Amino acid sequence: MDYFLSEEQEMIVEIARQITDERIIPQRAELDEKDEFPRAILGEMARADLFGVPIPEEFGGFGGGCLDIVLALEQLGRGCIGVGTAFAASSLGIYPILIAGSQEMREKYLPDVASGKKFAAFGLTEANAGSDASGIQTTAVLDGDEWVLNGTKQWITNGGEAQIYTVVAITDRSKGARGASMLVVEEGDPGFSCGPKEKKMGIRASSTTELIFKDCRIPKDRLIGRKGTGFITVMKTLDSSRPGIAALGLGLAQGALDEAASYAKQRVQFGKPIMAFQAVQHMLADMAIQLEAARSLVYGAARHIDAHPNNMSKVSSMCKVFATDMAMKVATDAVQVMGGYGYMREYPVEKMMRDAKILQIYEGTNQIQRNVVGQELNKEYTRA
Amino acid sequence: MKIIVCIKQVPDAKDVRLDPKTNTLAREGVQSIMNPYDQHAVEEAVRLKELLGGEVTVLSMGPPQAEEVLRQAISCGADHAVVVSDRAFAGADTWATSYTLAKAVNVIGAFDLVLCGKQAIDGDTAQVGPGLAMRLQIPYVTCVQKVREATNSGLVLERMMDDGYDVLALDFPALLTVVKNINEPRVPSLKGKMRAKKVEIRKLTAADIGADPAFIGLPGSPTQVVKVFPPEARCIRTVFTGSLDEQIGQLVDSLQSYL
Ligand SMILES: Cc1cc2nc3c(=O)[nH]c(=O)nc-3n(C[C@H](O)[C@H](O)[C@H](O)COP(=O)(O)OP(=O)(O)OC[C@H]3O[C@@H](n4cnc5c(N)ncnc54)[C@H](O)[C@@H]3O)c2cc1C
Ligand SMILES: Cc1cc2nc3c(=O)[nH]c(=O)nc-3n(C[C@H](O)[C@H](O)[C@H](O)COP(=O)(O)OP(=O)(O)OC[C@H]3O[C@@H](n4cnc5c(N)ncnc54)[C@H](O)[C@@H]3O)c2cc1C
Repeated sequence: MDYFLSEEQEMIVEIARQITDERIIPQRAELDEKDEFPRAILGEMARADLFGVPIPEEFGGFGGGCLDIVLALEQLGRGCIGVGTAFAASSLGIYPILIAGSQEMREKYLPDVASGKKFAAFGLTEANAGSDASGIQTTAVLDGDEWVLNGTKQWITNGGEAQIYTVVAITDRSKGARGASMLVVEEGDPGFSCGPKEKKMGIRASSTTELIFKDCRIPKDRLIGRKGTGFITVMKTLDSSRPGIAALGLGLAQGALDEAASYAKQRVQFGKPIMAFQAVQHMLADMAIQLEAARSLVYGAARHIDAHPNNMSKVSSMCKVFATDMAMKVATDAVQVMGGYGYMREYPVEKMMRDAKILQIYEGTNQIQRNVVGQELNKEYTRA
Repeated sequence: MKIIVCIKQVPDAKDVRLDPKTNTLAREGVQSIMNPYDQHAVEEAVRLKELLGGEVTVLSMGPPQAEEVLRQAISCGADHAVVVSDRAFAGADTWATSYTLAKAVNVIGAFDLVLCGKQAIDGDTAQVGPGLAMRLQIPYVTCVQKVREATNSGLVLERMMDDGYDVLALDFPALLTVVKNINEPRVPSLKGKMRAKKVEIRKLTAADIGADPAFIGLPGSPTQVVKVFPPEARCIRTVFTGSLDEQIGQLVDSLQSYL
């Protein structure tokens, strides 16, 4: 389908497509097998200016919007959402600075992220605070000119690989949800370390670790925005980034459909290519229909977000749920179409099916996204 | 550092056909691409620029559509582009091509280094690079597989040989032709692509470069293609089938029959 992309958007697609086809696809199985962080590929993406897409021009970026980043992530996701996640998490990590940081802070951090010289990461989740972010226990206490952080973040993407970490900590427990703040922690700050890499079901090219703060001291000016606005910044950050996760789902599903459909044309059983069996054709047709419906929703949501940045929660959640549930289903069906071969590591759909699952979990589970949509409906229908 | 890279636009090898009547390439409807070796020449030039400063000019002789490959080179980091295009250049062989390129290089002006691909995947002669160097009266090294050291006055290089490689040092100005393992060409950047869209490509005609009509195009080409034909397939091909083990068995059997 023609989505009437601008010339610049076509360029983003071309570049991301070339990196995916020439760099990611040939290496994805090995990165998965070895749990290897894709440093060289990310370097290539940096050189191609992809890290600059979401960053304003005044900080060395391209000044792109939600749809621009969605287009890039969709292509990368077609190759490997492990690599796509590593890339996306760097954007996620700097959104708090983009959204709420001071001008000095933006000048200090954004140019290096735009050029890909530095990666970022976003640290919210803790052992006892997943869906319920208000349960976080990491604290930041002001001591003279320094914040002192204590606590442990869990499952942080790009942990150990990033140089810039935006972290949520309680700065005033008595104030409840208004008692949290976001701060920037840098690699090498005293008292800050990352745990070992987690062993995961999928997206194994991405690194996931704990962030450990033991009397970690950082300068006072590392506070992002005003004290107590931590959760507001978190919500805005995740609202902005979720369409990117949806886009990884689109890409993954496209990759799975491509594999399954071309396999179905070659695989002969009962004297015919299995594509000739209506049951197989219908499965492929449903995959294609669901994928295109999701793509329309994600692109539509991204355009809405670009036009109405203050009213994005509901569409952002809607498109994340729809596209990632679709990706899980399409990847599962791709394995089904390919039968036993699909289940083998030699074929990429086995990895795609393992990878797809994370999309329904991170950046807010799909249950939590449905809660968001439901709560918005509740508000809308109370007003009416 | 001023670097000039010569780029040829060639038909995509994936769909090349010969016109059986004229024995020339049927170029109609065939996708054109940058000669693959030249992509490596562009990449090496851009790397040298990033290392030493300076600028990279890409140059192509060809029909006006040759602009496309020049824009591609800009998107990968080249700074300026020049296309030499004139009906009078049609039918040029390597002799006339290197004359024309040499004239164009003189118009572009001072340079330290000229880079060419080792060969074009259509003409395949590997003569244009050395021919151009002779006309420019500068030293050249063909089949460069690695730049070991680079300074503003010269280079230390590895030249690929059948049995290993030579290590050579040379001073600027010079010309190199490069092989594919010299580097891995980068993916175009977003800023590069935007610049490529807008960049003004300098167009030069036969008159602009002061070319002698007797030395260009068909009249200036001592070589004539008498006949082009696909070679007869000579060897007997056997395709083994079955499981991997069965295929290995068949291969061993067939090799043994030669013993
Ligand atoms: C590979 C990976 C990478 C990650 N990267 C990051 C990162 O970079 N930064 C970061 O901060 N976090 C990251 N996370 C954490 C991730 O965002 C959380 O795992 C996620 O928010 C869910 O939290 P939880 O795992 O604790 O699940 P829980 O909150 O314990 O949920 C368990 C189940 O209960 C359901 N549930 C919980 N509450 C409700 C409710 N109110 N209504 C309905 N259902 C509910 C959930 O949907 C889920 O099915 C990552 C996680 C993984 C696995
Ligand atoms: C099917 C066919 C028919 C032909 N018919 C004729 C004919 O009828 N009459 C005739 O005289 N010649 C003919 N030619 C030769 C043709 O003109 C040559 O291809 C051309 O002169 C360049 O030589 P080459 O392709 O061998 O390049 P090579 O010498 O192999 O190229 C080496 C390098 O030189 C540079 N280079 C080469 N050409 C250019 C260019 N145009 N612009 C910029 N840089 C360049 C590139 O860096 C390239 O990598 C024919 C070729 C073919 C394939």
